[in-house]
Amino acid sequence: MTSPVLAVSDLRAYYRTSAFGVQREVRAVDDVSLAIQPGEIYGLAGESSSGKTTLIKTIANAIQPPLQVLAGSVLFDFAGQRFDIHALRPRELAAIRWKHLSYIMQGSMNVLNPVRRVRQTFVDFAFRHIGRPLPEFLDVVRQHLQRLHLEPQVLEAYPHQLSGGMRQRVTIALATVCRPQFIIADEPTTALDVVVQKGVLGMIHEVQRALGSSILFVTHDMAVHANLSDRLGIMYAGRIVEEGRTADVFRAPRHPYTTHLIGSLPHLGDAAPKQGLPGAPPNLADPPPGCRFHPRCPRASDLCRRDVPALETDASGHRVACFHPATESVAESIS
Amino acid sequence: MSTALLEVDGVSRIYSRGSLLSRRQFAAVDRVSFGLDADRAEIFTVVGESGSGKTTLARMILGMVAPTAGAIRFKGRDVSHIRGRRARLDFMKEVQPVFQNPFEAFNPMKRVDRYLFATARRMAGLGETAAIADAADVALKSVGLSLAEVRGRFPHELSGGQLQRVAIARALISRPALLVADEPVSMIDASLRAAIVNLLRDLRDRLGVSIIYITHDLATAYYISDRLLIMRRGEAVETGEARAVLDRPQHPYSQLLKASVLPPDVPSEPGGRLRADPIIPQGASSHA
Ligand SMILES: Nc1ncnc2c1ncn2[C@@H]1O[C@H](COP(=O)(O)OP(=O)(O)OP(=O)(O)O)[C@@H](O)[C@H]1O
Ligand SMILES: Nc1ncnc2c1ncn2[C@@H]1O[C@H](COP(=O)(O)OP(=O)(O)OP(=O)(O)O)[C@@H](O)[C@H]1O
Ligand SMILES: [Mg+2]
Ligand SMILES: [Mg+2]
Repeated sequence: MTSPVLAVSDLRAYYRTSAFGVQREVRAVDDVSLAIQPGEIYGLAGESSSGKTTLIKTIANAIQPPLQVLAGSVLFDFAGQRFDIHALRPRELAAIRWKHLSYIMQGSMNVLNPVRRVRQTFVDFAFRHIGRPLPEFLDVVRQHLQRLHLEPQVLEAYPHQLSGGMRQRVTIALATVCRPQFIIADEPTTALDVVVQKGVLGMIHEVQRALGSSILFVTHDMAVHANLSDRLGIMYAGRIVEEGRTADVFRAPRHPYTTHLIGSLPHLGDAAPKQGLPGAPPNLADPPPGCRFHPRCPRASDLCRRDVPALETDASGHRVACFHPATESVAESIS
Repeated sequence: MSTALLEVDGVSRIYSRGSLLSRRQFAAVDRVSFGLDADRAEIFTVVGESGSGKTTLARMILGMVAPTAGAIRFKGRDVSHIRGRRARLDFMKEVQPVFQNPFEAFNPMKRVDRYLFATARRMAGLGETAAIADAADVALKSVGLSLAEVRGRFPHELSGGQLQRVAIARALISRPALLVADEPVSMIDASLRAAIVNLLRDLRDRLGVSIIYITHDLATAYYISDRLLIMRRGEAVETGEARAVLDRPQHPYSQLLKASVLPPDVPSEPGGRLRADPIIPQGASSHA
C-alpha cells in the first residue's frame, strides 16, 4: 500500500465562545481519524450540523476564531513532500493553495469578488499557476468552462449577473482549472439541475482519474456519493461513526444512523416521503454521554448510555463505532 | 377574476451581459404564464435548468425585479405597482420569500435572530418582547431548531442546513398566504428534508398556504407538488399535474431531465453513470 496523501489523526476542533457571559464549547469535531490514498475519492455525509464543514475547514487550515484545534494532526504527503498543515506559515500555505490543494467552500461565492468580472478573478487566482501567456491561459479557461456547461461570455459577467448554479460552477472551475493534487469540496453541486450536475461530476471524475488526484467531497446528496466516491465516511455529532467502501456502506450499513440514512433516501416515483429520524439532533455544546446517537437509537442499551464506542476496524477495513452494529445479514434485511 | 391568488401573465425579463463592445440581450424569463387559485392552496413546483430563469421569476413575483413585458398580479393588484412603505409591508405580510443560498441571503454582520424578531415585529405585528421571542421559537421548532440554539449567533456560526432552516422559519412567522421558496432544502440531509417537506405539505393542507417551490430535487417534487412547471432557457417547456408530467414527460428537455436523475445506489462500474452527455453550453448567447 502506498502512503496516504492525507492522514488525519485524533483531530479535535471546538468552537469556544462566550455569549451572555456564559462559556460555550461546541464540540464539532471530536477525535476524528481518517486517511485518504492518492487517486481516491472520499465522500463525507452525515446529519446537518454534525461537523462536516468544521472537519474539512480544519483539514484545509481555513481556521478562524472561535474555532480552535485542541488535539490531533493533519498531515499531507504530495509525492514525498510532506507537511503538517497546521504548522505552515501563511506564505507557505498560500503557495500550495489552488495548485496543490484547493478548497471549495459551502455556499461560497465569496471567492468571487462582487465588483470584479469573472475573467479578472480567474486571472487573480489561477494565472500564475498555469504558466502560459495570457491569451493561451484564457483559452484554457474557456475550454474548462465549456466542460461545466458554461459559455465563454460568462467571463465578462459580474457575479450578480449569474444564476446561483452558474456561480457555483464558476467556483468549481476556479478550483479545478489548475488541476490540483487534492480537492476539498463542500456541497459543491447543491444549486445544479440533474443534467448539468451529471456533466460537472463527469468532469470532476475524469480530471481526477487522469491526474490521479484525490478528492474529499461533502454532500447530502447520497446519489452523488453512490456514483462518485470510492469510500464513504458517515458523521454523526462530531464523530465519524462508520466508514467503508461506498458499495459496502450502501448495501450493508452497520451503524444504526447509517441504516436510517440509507433507508430514508427518496427515489423518483415515491408517493410519500420517508420517515424522518425521530428526536432532535444533539446539541454539540452539551452532547449526550456515551454513544452520542443513543437517545435516538432503536438498539441502545445501558452500555451505550455510559461508554463511548470506539471506531473499530474489521478484517475488510470497514470501520464502525457501535456496540450493537448490524451484522451483514441483518443490515441486508433492513435495507 | 376575483378568485385568483396569483396571476403570472406572459412575463418576460430581458437582461444584457457582456463587455462594452459585445453587449448581448437575452430573455432570462421568456413569456411565462400560470396562475394560482385563492380558494384552493397548492404547491406549485418550478424545476429546470440552472440559469433558466427560476430565481428571476421568483424575484418578479416578490416585486423585487420588474418584468420587461407582461404582468404579475397578487389578489388582483399588479405587484410592480406596489409603492410606499405601508403597501409594501402589507404585501410582504402575505407573500414571503425563502431565498436561494442562505450564505448569500443573510447579512454576515447581522445576528440571525434579529431577522426573526424584525419579521415578528413588523409583519406579524407583535409588540412584547416575550411574544416576539415566542413566535420566533415556535417557528424555529417547526424546522427542528430552537431559539436557544440560534440566539445571538451570526450566519457564519451556523451550519448550512441550520441557516437554511432559519430562513424557512423566518418566512413562516407572518403566516403568509403565499410562500416563494427558492431551493429551500438544498443543503439539508435526506431525513431532515423529509421532515421539512412534510411541513410544507402541512402548511398547505392545514393553513391553506400556497407555495411556489423551486427545486432541483425531482423525487421530493414528485410527492409534494400539485402542479409542476419545467423551465429551460427562460421558457416554460412543459407544465401540468406534477405526477403526470414526471411519469410521462413530453418535451425532450423534460425527458432528458428525468433520465439524468442519479439513482441513490452504487453502479456496477465506478463512475459509470457519469459519462458526460453531449455538452450544450449555456450563457448569454444561448438565450439570444
Ligand atoms: N463559528 C461558529 N461558532 C460557534 N459554533 C459554530 C460555528 N460554526 C459552526 N458552529 C456549530 O458547529 C456545529 C457543526 O457545524 P458544521 O458547519 O461543521 O456542520 P455540517 O455538518 O457542515 O452541517 P450542514 O450539513 O448543515 O452544513 C453546528 O452545531 C454549528 O452550529
Ligand atoms: N442582474 C442580472 N443581470 C444580468 N443577467 C442576469 C441577472 N440576473 C440573472 N441574470 C441571468 O438570467 C439568467 C437566469 O438566471 P436565474 O438566476 O433566474 O436562473 P435560475 O433558473 O434561478 O438558475 P439556478 O438554478 O442556477 O439558480 C441567467 O443567464 C443569469 O445569468
Ligand atoms: Mg456544512
Ligand atoms: Mg436560482
